Amino acid sequence: MLEFLGRLLGTSDGSKTKAKERLRLVLVHDRSSLSPGLLESLKEDLIKVISKYMDIDESGLEVNLDKSDDSVALVANIPVKNVKRQGKGK
Amino acid sequence: MGKVIVITSGKGGVGKTTTTANLGHGLAALGRKVCLVDADIGLRNLDVVLGLENRIVYHLLDVVEGNCTVSKALIRDKQHGENLVLLAAAQTREKDAVNPDQMRDLMKVLRKEYDYVLVDCPAGIEQGFRNAVAGADQAILVTTPEVSAVRDADRIVGLLEATELHDPQVIINRIRPDMVRRGDMLDISDVDDFLRIPILGIVPDDESIIVSTNRGEPVVNDQRSRSGQAYRNICRRLEGQEVSFMDLQGENFMQRLLRRIRVGAANR
Repeated sequence: MLEFLGRLLGTSDGSKTKAKERLRLVLVHDRSSLSPGLLESLKEDLIKVISKYMDIDESGLEVNLDKSDDSVALVANIPVKNVKRQGKGK
Repeated sequence: MGKVIVITSGKGGVGKTTTTANLGHGLAALGRKVCLVDADIGLRNLDVVLGLENRIVYHLLDVVEGNCTVSKALIRDKQHGENLVLLAAAQTREKDAVNPDQMRDLMKVLRKEYDYVLVDCPAGIEQGFRNAVAGADQAILVTTPEVSAVRDADRIVGLLEATELHDPQVIINRIRPDMVRRGDMLDISDVDDFLRIPILGIVPDDESIIVSTNRGEPVVNDQRSRSGQAYRNICRRLEGQEVSFMDLQGENFMQRLLRRIRVGAANR
């Protein structure tokens, strides 16, 4: 009833907003299952970029997708051996 | 050499078979030679939608297994005769009775004779799907403006990419303008935002689809029906013509009534 009144007054959205939000989340999750090949090439690129700024332990590099209910995060654990001096390596 | 187009969706019940039947009829009406292939082995339905269920003697597996020639297995349509034929699915067998290589070989044969070979893909992403997409040059995705259907369509886009079937197009089916208007249904631009693939057509939800399926006569032949018009537009787009999308919102009750009367009079 409240929803109906809200809609009459133009203050409430239809169920479409809900659908869009749910679909967005579902797709983020579905698409986040990276193939092993994609994950490997992501790792290689990460190493390339980060190596410009610091020495890292490549064998200890871990990259994962951390999924929770309403978000997906790329979590990388990269052991650093040495940080390069600023102004170098660019 | 004709084109092989697979019609797929991932999710069941979104209108793959109805779409296949209507595009087949529509393209044949435009003067093209069309072969429809039911790849849903074990759950065939394209024959029923086309009204050809009583004419089936041989089916796809008979051809693949060499029990009969291709031409013998093709069923001619009641209306279009040799220009629209159906290769039915086997009903008493299972999807793994045929493999992608065999399907590829079959498509090679069919495309020599027909301008369009439309393959009706089963729901799901297993063997039946892999068979149906094998040998296709192009894919048409069918989806409805619902979370589950769009999600499955998105998954199929990824799987098609993995099978090297690039640039799929989508048909958004069963749109209800009244529900879109009051914000209770995803609209075309919403679906577009999620899928990000070219839209081949939009089809309004329409009771005449059910009526035509009851009769076994595809709705594309019904000049009065809005969904029929939508399918005719899609066929012309497949033929390379520029056809703008139907205005689903602009028509109110009176306009709808007037159009029905007008077209009805023109048909008489």
